[in-house]
Amino acid sequence: MIEALQEKKYLQFILLLIIFIFLCKVIAPSDTNWLWRLPPLLKQFPILIKDGIDYLMFEAWPISVYDPDIEEFEQKPLMRQVTRAISGFVLFMIEFVRELMLGGVKTIVSFTSWDWATENKWARWPGLPWTVVAGGAAILAYSLNGIKLALFVGAAFVYIAVFGQWEPSIQTLSFVLIAAPVAILLGLLLGIWGYKSKTVETILNPLLNVAQIVPHFSYLIPVMVFFGIGDHAGAIATIIFATPPMVRLTMLGLKKVPPEVAEAGLMSGCGNWQLMRRVLIPTARRDILIGVNQVIMQCLAMVVIASLIGAKGLGSDLLIALNRLRIGLALEIGICIVLIAIVLDRMSLAWANKQTDYFADQSFKERHKHLLLFLMVFFAGVLLAWVGSFFFKEGFNYLYLIPHNKGITTAGFWQAGVDWLWDTFFYSLKGFNEWFIVDVLIPIKNAYLSMPVVATFTLAMGVAFIVGGIRSALIVGALLLFIALTEWWDRALITTYLMSVAVVISGVIGIAMGTLCAQNKTTARVLLTLCDTFQTFPSFIYLIPVMMLFGVTDTSVLIAIVIYATIPAARYTVEGLRSVPESLHEAGSMAGVNRFQRWISIELPLSFPHMALGINQTVVFALSMVIIGAMIGTDDLGQLILGSLSDKDGVGNGLILGICVAFIGLAIDQILRTWANQRKAALGME
Amino acid sequence: MSSVTSNSNDPVIRCDSVYKIFGDNAKKMLKESGGSVDAARFQEAGCIVGVNNASFEVYPGELLIIMGLSGSGKSTLLRCISRLTDATAGKIFIEGEDITAMNNKQLIQLRRSKMGMVFQSFALLPHKTVLENIAFPLQVKGVNTNDSIARAKEMIDLVSLSGRENYFPRELSGGQQQRVGIARSLAIEPDIWFLDEPFSALDPLIRKEMQDEFLRLQGVLSKTILFVTHDFDEALRLADRIAIMKDGIIEQLDTPANIVLNPATEYVRKFTEEVPREKVLKIETVMDEVHPGDAVSDVKVSKDAIIETVAETVLNASTPLSVIDESGQVVGSVSAPRVVSVLFGGRSIQSSGAFS
Repeated sequence: MIEALQEKKYLQFILLLIIFIFLCKVIAPSDTNWLWRLPPLLKQFPILIKDGIDYLMFEAWPISVYDPDIEEFEQKPLMRQVTRAISGFVLFMIEFVRELMLGGVKTIVSFTSWDWATENKWARWPGLPWTVVAGGAAILAYSLNGIKLALFVGAAFVYIAVFGQWEPSIQTLSFVLIAAPVAILLGLLLGIWGYKSKTVETILNPLLNVAQIVPHFSYLIPVMVFFGIGDHAGAIATIIFATPPMVRLTMLGLKKVPPEVAEAGLMSGCGNWQLMRRVLIPTARRDILIGVNQVIMQCLAMVVIASLIGAKGLGSDLLIALNRLRIGLALEIGICIVLIAIVLDRMSLAWANKQTDYFADQSFKERHKHLLLFLMVFFAGVLLAWVGSFFFKEGFNYLYLIPHNKGITTAGFWQAGVDWLWDTFFYSLKGFNEWFIVDVLIPIKNAYLSMPVVATFTLAMGVAFIVGGIRSALIVGALLLFIALTEWWDRALITTYLMSVAVVISGVIGIAMGTLCAQNKTTARVLLTLCDTFQTFPSFIYLIPVMMLFGVTDTSVLIAIVIYATIPAARYTVEGLRSVPESLHEAGSMAGVNRFQRWISIELPLSFPHMALGINQTVVFALSMVIIGAMIGTDDLGQLILGSLSDKDGVGNGLILGICVAFIGLAIDQILRTWANQRKAALGME
Repeated sequence: MSSVTSNSNDPVIRCDSVYKIFGDNAKKMLKESGGSVDAARFQEAGCIVGVNNASFEVYPGELLIIMGLSGSGKSTLLRCISRLTDATAGKIFIEGEDITAMNNKQLIQLRRSKMGMVFQSFALLPHKTVLENIAFPLQVKGVNTNDSIARAKEMIDLVSLSGRENYFPRELSGGQQQRVGIARSLAIEPDIWFLDEPFSALDPLIRKEMQDEFLRLQGVLSKTILFVTHDFDEALRLADRIAIMKDGIIEQLDTPANIVLNPATEYVRKFTEEVPREKVLKIETVMDEVHPGDAVSDVKVSKDAIIETVAETVLNASTPLSVIDESGQVVGSVSAPRVVSVLFGGRSIQSSGAFS
């Protein structure tokens, strides 16, 4: 009996389940029983963090600073001065880009006057007509990659202008154009450092793991404390959030460079810098470009969230539209965000892949044709705007700038569509919604909440122990203990409930879809492209259509999570199935398996490790979406994080809540990753 | 360090008791062992012996092949000499200068002016075209774009890749990729040419073709060459001298003929057993002395001819043929029975006095 238990893992799982159910039955809810809920020993922790940050910002390391207003030296804390300086610089850069395109005086003035402040009368910049910006972007795209990209980019800008989203879009763009390059550069540097130094890598890795799962909102609160609110704060939060994937992919890419290529570089006589810039980074380009792509995605994903701390642009408009339930408008704004994301992504990709032609013997006109073209577009655009100023004598000059929300709009159509859906399917939608909430979600939620803390620990640590031994069990235990000792255990359970229900549904859908599509090369490619496209959308976008149908309920959040989290599950399934070697398929066919047998006995076992990693990603995606779901109303950790945003003492709470969410993710990650690695080793992969 | 004025007989490369031992406390263990390294004992201590007391010299224009099976330390030795890894102990001189004592700057200078290397996996830069790959060492050196491109074009002609300048490595076959690798390694006109298993990743037919190409190039260029391979036939075919390595130790370093005829160790003997001797041995090794009055045919063969190439003539002749040296002087005679006995008759050659 004991021996069988040691041998057979499934017996161990059954035993664990029995113990778990037993514990659930035996321990009754009570306020004093520690087996039911642990006491919130870490209650003071957030307050300590807050005090620490306050001390750092307002008291630590005072230095003398000259204050021109009162013409005296003043004692000010160093930290505050540093963050002020950074904020000022970032804000200046954003404003500069913004005013270049939209017009204005603030930043232009500082370049023209001797003291960087006094206004010169002539220092006015009227801003570029939208036609010039759109044309310029298209020409840039053409010079990078040719006519196809140029058409797409031009069309995207025209859409943005025509639909009256020009100003907010340029505001968003200016902020992304500053945040993304900084994040890319920072990520590249940190990645290189991590590649060069083992110590740095060991420090970076766990930080990156946590950073990947800490919810977006949690970044906002400390950024707010250190840098205040406004566009610069939004940009800084975005940079912090977008840098980790770049770091990780840079390190990964550099490590994958074959040693012989590096040696070839050395033998070609490269110095350290030449080797890095001309050999290692270009060879690792594939992964680094994925990093760049991730940075751009994250920047756009942060557009909405950064608007919570004062970033202007599409994000705040989208938020307002959603809050007013103006679905049509929200949809149009959402499309603008997606378009900007795709434009930036394609352009950066094209730029990195650009080749030099050594053979073309070009004339002056040939070599500078793009510049000449741009100059032509510029003058044509200005001329048009000038003509427009006569044509549109009253009101707005549409050829210069289409004012916000004064363009074409299809919002009415969508709104009508939503209304029609409501009118037609009101009862069935409502019925489904009510049934789903009352008969499915609430019972599951209650089941989660009625778990004694001891039972939860036993289950989680038990699974970790069976899968990965004592080490995994201890790690998982420690992560959970932290959460259990805060005062938010119940909230964490609700987060876990939403997340796990979504992960189960996403996993089933994703694996089923992935398996079906992987049967055939074309469908597999279609699915992967679809995954790519969907991943381009900032997670927030997913809330729009579901809110149309199900209003502000758990159902909406859950469906949004499921849609979003199905992406990695499907993608990894396809990739896992496709990684099964052809020879095994042939071996299977020669052994006479039918399609189903092949799937069960060859494809599934071999692609399990891949799928496990897919589920792991699904968990991460689901967690981030659960938290974003707080914006349309849930009662989990996310809601509290959102709450602490508007609380002036919320920094400690916000951080600890974020860490709690991250720890849920890390605990699951620990179990799944250990298991996947074991399977991989057992199958001789890697 | 002052550069030594070299005359043509000074070695280009000289290795002096070179050791390479991987592991954390390799240096300390090596010091304690006092030079006599026992691989098994080091392995217990977590150290892996890559190169064990290698000493040899390579002369100008010579083609030295380092031969060994995988894990024998041959590539490690090559990397010590090109200083892609640092030797644990010992000195390595390139044209009289100790490269183990060079700083990074000197090393880069040396590589930019004197060394070229070809890699087993080609190691081309995937983001650069054929032309850019070949021009790369020149551009790194600071040669301007026009000159480096012009030079690269010459190299492309040299390795017969004209028309593929703008291809990317991924668009080329293995043999073509290695031609690019060869062209790249020669772009700066190095004196010393390192080749690390350059043809091992190629199909047998392509390999043969590339070996011919290599011999042709070497005929034109006469570089000093260190060539690493695990293929004994390749070594016999190309080498002036062969160093056979096993477990980091050079078992024997000699001409192909001597290695086949007089294997120094049991390990070398096993390698040479199956080698068809007529493909390795020169007439010189099977000729007899001529005594005045001996009946010698008028047909002459060169003493440097490989037996296989003249076997038919020798075996069909009724009288011994005369063997001549480069100057046309008759230095010996070769008879059919003698050839047959050397090729098929055991290893009695040592006692025959065939060597002068």
